[in-house]
Amino acid sequence: MVTIKEFPKEEYLLKGHAACAGCGPSIALRLLFKALGNKVIMVVPACCTTVIQGPYPYTSFAVPLQNMLFEATGATCSGIAAALKIRGLEDITVVGWAGDGGTVDIGIQALSGAAERETNFIYICYDNEAYGNTGLQRSGATPYGAWTTTTPTGKKERKKNMPLIMAAHKIPYVATACPSYPVDFVNKLRKAREIKGTKYIHVLAPCPTGWRYDTSKTVEIGRLAVQTGIWALYEIEYGRFRLNPPSDRLIDKSKRKPVREYLAMQERFRHLTEADIEKIQQWVDEDWEYYQKLASNECV
Amino acid sequence: MAQIVIDTANHIAGYAAKAARVKVVAAYPITPQTTVVEKIAEFVESGEMDAEYIRVESEHSAMAACIGAAAAGVRTFTATSAHGLALMHEALHWASGSRLPIVMAVVNRAMGAPWSIWPDFSDSLSQRDTGWIQFYCADNQEVFDTIIQAYRLCEDERVFLPAMVCLEGFILSHTYMPVKIHDQEEIDAFLPPYKSGWILDVNNPFSHANLVSPEWYMEFRYMIQEAMENAKRLIPEIDKEYGRRFGFQYGGLIDKYKCEDADLIICTMGTMGCEAKIAVDNLRREGLKVGAARIRVYRPFPVEEVRKLAEQASVIATIDRHISFGMEGFLASEIKASLYHVEDKPLLAGFIAGLGGRDVTFKTIEEIAKKSLKWMEMGRVGKETVWVDLRE
Amino acid sequence: MPITPISYPTLGSMGKTGSWRTFRPVIDYSKCTKCTLCWVYCPDAAITRREDDSPEIDYDYCKGCGICANECPVKAITMQREEE
Repeated sequence: MVTIKEFPKEEYLLKGHAACAGCGPSIALRLLFKALGNKVIMVVPACCTTVIQGPYPYTSFAVPLQNMLFEATGATCSGIAAALKIRGLEDITVVGWAGDGGTVDIGIQALSGAAERETNFIYICYDNEAYGNTGLQRSGATPYGAWTTTTPTGKKERKKNMPLIMAAHKIPYVATACPSYPVDFVNKLRKAREIKGTKYIHVLAPCPTGWRYDTSKTVEIGRLAVQTGIWALYEIEYGRFRLNPPSDRLIDKSKRKPVREYLAMQERFRHLTEADIEKIQQWVDEDWEYYQKLASNECV
Repeated sequence: MAQIVIDTANHIAGYAAKAARVKVVAAYPITPQTTVVEKIAEFVESGEMDAEYIRVESEHSAMAACIGAAAAGVRTFTATSAHGLALMHEALHWASGSRLPIVMAVVNRAMGAPWSIWPDFSDSLSQRDTGWIQFYCADNQEVFDTIIQAYRLCEDERVFLPAMVCLEGFILSHTYMPVKIHDQEEIDAFLPPYKSGWILDVNNPFSHANLVSPEWYMEFRYMIQEAMENAKRLIPEIDKEYGRRFGFQYGGLIDKYKCEDADLIICTMGTMGCEAKIAVDNLRREGLKVGAARIRVYRPFPVEEVRKLAEQASVIATIDRHISFGMEGFLASEIKASLYHVEDKPLLAGFIAGLGGRDVTFKTIEEIAKKSLKWMEMGRVGKETVWVDLRE
Repeated sequence: MPITPISYPTLGSMGKTGSWRTFRPVIDYSKCTKCTLCWVYCPDAAITRREDDSPEIDYDYCKGCGICANECPVKAITMQREEE
């Protein structure tokens, strides 16, 4: 178990980059490099990270990074992994780093294909629950009720459960994370690196610009997401489900903070009715019943 | 050891990928390309070909995987047709903008709607603006040789562009012909190990293709155009060298047949070029001075060669296996564009034929020739674009 | 120019992003316990860890988001409005 003080001091995301103040995905990026160092080749589709790099001829990233077409992250990683294998360079970690839109919507086919082909890479979806790069339109990962520019009265559909979709591919490692829990995320990345095959990590990455809260609250909101149970930290390793701290203690509903505390902090949920909030709370409770069954191996 | 095989152009494309020591193939099946990737799968799984074969889940992913592999430092190959090529469209742009020397076999097939599995050039010609070099082959030997030549061309530092090697579905893809597979050592001497203009490397980190403002973008596009101009110069040189080493060459950019003293030159692409040669011989027996020019390379377009051809001819007849709706056949347009600034221009008669795989034989071409010669007598073209063999 | 856009790692690819700030974080080192949480949570890598693990803010690049102040367990960081 590593501690924060043991994280290396080197930065591979350089300061002076183009992210919004308080950007959750940027914290996740720094943690990616704290975990894996710079012996990585990254594939980044169209997403916030495309812009965070800054404009040619400069980049804020000090690792080899291939910018790529929106849908193509999974397939491009398959290509790079194949080339590295042929060249005998399999100690370099191939990392697909994509937003939620490029993962659950337009990128899902290529990711599913790469997983089925058992491509040896780590795919990380950093989820700010909207199409951030293009100005915060809804994605399949936008939660029920959230304001976005294309769902101005609140999204009417539920959030697509991407980690469980990936688990159904029977890949060796699926995990959820949040940059508010840095040690957990770093451990998961390092564990993923040691496993051969397709590894999927879904990071909830709060976005002040899209979720409409004061920029200083990013880490606090991420923490609250976990404490209310609307986001659960877990791993599915070779099909075996395990909740991680502090989520492992939240099967007991009384230990979970009410979801309204999380919703109340974000202007994107300002218009929710009492009935909406109850519905959301009910869904969270149902999810946790399911996690309980998964944790006790009653189902897969 | 060189060997003669009797095989289809699709299988021959597989032989060529193997001979070119391709290291990553990423491909998705589509009629009539399927036997290319099946052959490659056989070669890879038997160990005859030392390569990774990525069985992608769509053509868009096929090109994306090739881009990834080429950027990570290996020679790549793929193949597709019609809607598969269309599905890759944005990735074609990405590949050429990334200056990656990917080679792809395009087994030409008509675009839908409606479904057609038979050949015409609507698939590859609609991709003419994507910055890919385009070769059009007339027989299976040429398919083999052109794929090898293409790698040599694309990996030249003055080029660094991707290339399509086009061959018509069923006419070539599924037709058996004898082909000489040259000696591997000699191919290795002609085609050195993979080289590209840049590589993803942990020891030299950079971001590739991040945002480029209007301040820089035009210069990058200009460099692609320059690379195309270089390719135009290099293709005939490479073809000649190949001819010296292996005994097969194809006239560089244009395969010319009896054009030197011709009144009428029949311009075609692909297998129609073979039929045109037969038509030329028949017409010459009747005393008519006719020649055939098969445009082997469509991009970069052989503007200077076309102007040379036009010097003595009084009429050029183009046969397009494609129509650009709302305008005319691409070959007709581009030949006219090439000749615009020429003082003494020949007449130009455009013919549309063979769409959706409708057969175009030497007999049809002879009729096209006779019609064009009649217009030459009249001193003007009767109709700028004629659709051949259309039902009443 | 390279033949295709290749961008090299650069400090301040967007210039001195410190100019984006309205509020600046100010550290009261007498309260700081050197827990390094502010360092780990800064989205901009604008906080470096000194030898003794105390934080040092690079005001050239700090965007003033306030996460460090919000997360500091002993409230050693306060956000103060930038003067004109």
